[in-house]
Amino acid sequence: MHHMLHIKNGIVVDPKNGINAEKMDIFVKEGKIVEESEVDVKEAKVIDASNKLVVAGGFDMHAHIAGSKINTGREMRPEEMRTVRLIAGKFRASIGRVLLTSPAIGYEYAKMGYTTAFEAAQPPVGALHTHEELDAIPMIDKAALPVFGNWHFVLKYVAEKEWEKLRAFLAWALERTKGFGVKVVNPGGVEAWMYGGNCKSLDDEVPGFNVTPREIITGLIQETENLGLCHSVHLHCNNLGTPGNYQTTIETMKLASKFSNDKRQVLHVTHVQFNAYAGSSWRDVASGAAEIAKYVNSVDNITIDMGQPIFGHATAMTGDAPFQFTLHKLTGSRWSNKDSEIEGGAGIVPIAYLPKNPVHALQWAIGLELGLLIDSDRVVLSTDYPNGGPFTEYPYVMAMLMSKKMREKELERVSPYVQKATGLAAIDNEKTLYEIIQMTRSLPARVMGMDNKGHLGIGADADIAIYNLDPLSIDTANDFEAVYKAFKTSAYTIKGGEIIAKDGELVKEIWGRTFWVDATSNASIEAIDSDLNEMFEKYYSLQRQNYGVEEAWLRKPERLVMG
Amino acid sequence: MPETKEEELTNVICTFCGSVCDDVLFDVEKYKGKKFCKLGSAKFSKKERIKAPMIDGKEVSYEEAIEKAVEILLNAKRPLLYGWASTVNEAIRLGVILTEKVGGVYDQCASVCHAPGTLALIEEGVPGGSLGEVKNRADVVIFWGSNPMEAHPRHPVRYSVRAKGLLIKDRKDRKVVVVDVRKTKSANMADLFIQIKPGYDYPIISALRALVKGEEDAVPDEVGGVSKQQLKELAELMKNAKYGALLYGLGVTQSRGRDRNVENAIKLIQLLNRHTRWIIWPMRGHYNVVGAGDVPAWEVGYTYAIDFSRGYPRFSPGEFAANEVLQRGDCDAALIIASDPVAHFPKASVAHLKKIPVIQIDPFPNMTTLISKVVIPSAMAGLEAEGTAYRMDGIPFRVKKIIDTEYWSDEKILELMLEKVNEKLGLR
Repeated sequence: MHHMLHIKNGIVVDPKNGINAEKMDIFVKEGKIVEESEVDVKEAKVIDASNKLVVAGGFDMHAHIAGSKINTGREMRPEEMRTVRLIAGKFRASIGRVLLTSPAIGYEYAKMGYTTAFEAAQPPVGALHTHEELDAIPMIDKAALPVFGNWHFVLKYVAEKEWEKLRAFLAWALERTKGFGVKVVNPGGVEAWMYGGNCKSLDDEVPGFNVTPREIITGLIQETENLGLCHSVHLHCNNLGTPGNYQTTIETMKLASKFSNDKRQVLHVTHVQFNAYAGSSWRDVASGAAEIAKYVNSVDNITIDMGQPIFGHATAMTGDAPFQFTLHKLTGSRWSNKDSEIEGGAGIVPIAYLPKNPVHALQWAIGLELGLLIDSDRVVLSTDYPNGGPFTEYPYVMAMLMSKKMREKELERVSPYVQKATGLAAIDNEKTLYEIIQMTRSLPARVMGMDNKGHLGIGADADIAIYNLDPLSIDTANDFEAVYKAFKTSAYTIKGGEIIAKDGELVKEIWGRTFWVDATSNASIEAIDSDLNEMFEKYYSLQRQNYGVEEAWLRKPERLVMG
Repeated sequence: MPETKEEELTNVICTFCGSVCDDVLFDVEKYKGKKFCKLGSAKFSKKERIKAPMIDGKEVSYEEAIEKAVEILLNAKRPLLYGWASTVNEAIRLGVILTEKVGGVYDQCASVCHAPGTLALIEEGVPGGSLGEVKNRADVVIFWGSNPMEAHPRHPVRYSVRAKGLLIKDRKDRKVVVVDVRKTKSANMADLFIQIKPGYDYPIISALRALVKGEEDAVPDEVGGVSKQQLKELAELMKNAKYGALLYGLGVTQSRGRDRNVENAIKLIQLLNRHTRWIIWPMRGHYNVVGAGDVPAWEVGYTYAIDFSRGYPRFSPGEFAANEVLQRGDCDAALIIASDPVAHFPKASVAHLKKIPVIQIDPFPNMTTLISKVVIPSAMAGLEAEGTAYRMDGIPFRVKKIIDTEYWSDEKILELMLEKVNEKLGLR
């Protein structure tokens, strides 16, 4: 077994370290990228990467890959499971169309050159389930973001302006759920849903709590920053999926203006495509992407991810339970809902994005507009898997962003509604390969505060993807088919220094780490001890002592202690 | 002997029914539980155990029994691996992978129980909620074809009837309705009992849908033994609820209409959510029957009746459910874990089981032990072994090990079995 690798003559693109298509060698030892002098070149396994693109492994910072939501999706949609990707043998059987089984998720990411993926919404009381599924995903590193925006502790502490307690609660909850950061979904709106309502504007009052979404978001940003977490507040905005909602989105972004952080954004707004609609109804709905892009580009404390729809099948699954009910009424499709203790809720509805459907085409165009109009160090490539569609079509999005010609071709097959309702056709911008690598590697790693991910500098994790694409000769604007094909399956995927996939075939099954964030030393948990006892006693249906996940129960946990 | 003080007892999580009560206590010295219901208490008390692993009734070591079991599974063309609802997720996961490796059929207790609810989920989805939400918010609770007083004795007090929470401060704040074909014990605790004719769940639910929709004229004077007046009152009660919960049981899934009954009920709940908030949820039986469906869902895409004979999973309840496979004579070996099909399956299924080599894994002897070629006793999860279990509402718990035992856990047994299978298949 080779513990050392010598990746020879590759053309490296490594935006974090300012390397743009330079021919260089990369050396790997004990799972890390090291100096040449660290490696006994005679002992090292040599990978010939001549004329190939060498980049850090892809980093999916927002996907729904584990837990009760995707699993209910699987149970509700056996029709999703008829695509057979791999017969059982040396590797597990791997199946699924857009919804994949856990082994299939790991395998497909690996084949595509992705080595890290984060579950974007973990119901806190279901944390153990989420971790069981993360533990069943081979090949990649992972983590989960617990959801806070409707949790009664949060609503109560924000209403009472008990900031120290809120801070302590965040630290307590991250430790108990073995979570990574503060996810917020439709703050206040899901609590309102328990009464059949929603919070569509920042100033709607949350029933039963003297508090508004504006106050919840501001309070959570403030205490996430005070706690010194590596990731910022990660927000699914209010009013999702409604014509005219782009204004709510910009108004929400402005809440971050009084905060700053030297290392990263203070607010990550997720799957913005679903929150970027202008107009007043589905009849006159249009794109609000340009306005959002203008705002995001004008500030340096906000990042977003796209939430790009891919034409074809998808399954909408979010913690935004009232939105999911609206979607069910709108499409008449199946609907699962889960109200969850005093923590929030979730919903699941199947959907298919059809190119000839004006609204779907509009959504598709808005996602691309966001990707094209926003600076590449502020927008991460995502489909909000499986909400916008499969992550396996990231190469389609990459190719589209790099080629106006490809977009023109695609525009011919979609509803002409996008021509009048969006600015997509008029956008000349073509992202460079460097920018695409930024949007899929270095930026998501920075957004999540993972210093050792998303780049190829000395000391970085040896998570590396090699593609059959020569950056020095490829014309990404014209050869979009070659670009798509190259990114679909890596020539090599290397995870922690081991070759796990080669030319679209799995090589070795490995198990990645699960990161979780421990910030308990930055807060006084005692401050909330009696509140926890009281709330558990009164409002939970389980004991406080039986709540949460112990590190020993996880396959390969890695605790990140916040200084 | 004086009573041991509560604080000196150990908190355990009950591994009997789907309520998975996590507030119960155990006195290790006296080997006695506290706060348990009758059913839980019976499980958490000294019981007859299978003494040691056996092949053909002869005591052997764990390793020998496992070796024999592996031989049986690998020699079979299509083994059936059935049970799973009363063990932990860690064991279930290994069992699913084992079934995949040996090209067998995975099925679990739901297929003779709540699986029609799964079929309804496939048709319509399920608008549900956790038991904590029922406790906090539900001002109307309907038990339909379910009998918690006898099947889930602490459910009413912990979650659904006398439980107090955020909006429900008193028993009087909540209306409890029982709909059943006979006056059950649960009917006695209800504010309203509606007795229906057996097999009439579907038309009664349809009538309620019509009434909630405002199509009163479509409803005849009497449906399934219930007067139109009474149905109107029930429909009004449902519409006027702030947060309602319909908790259904086997009376709905195993009577005429089966999955269609549940599907119809889900459509009623969809409709009610256009007026107010309602949820619907099954009263699942065994403590981890939810895990027995959830684990295979993430590992192989389906919850039950899964065949691997082609090297990839296929789901077909009418074909690959245990009873279908057995009655067709379509399996040539079986591994039965944490279940007793000989006592509960139809004669025709048992007749085939008797013809083929059966491997049993269970802490306790039962009817299936008597016909098993290989018997592997295991530690009891929740007392002698730890692991993850999902309460009926999907909330995960880590059940505890508080007593040391010589018995291997289901997880350890299956781990070695899988290791041996991989070895023999040359997959290591």
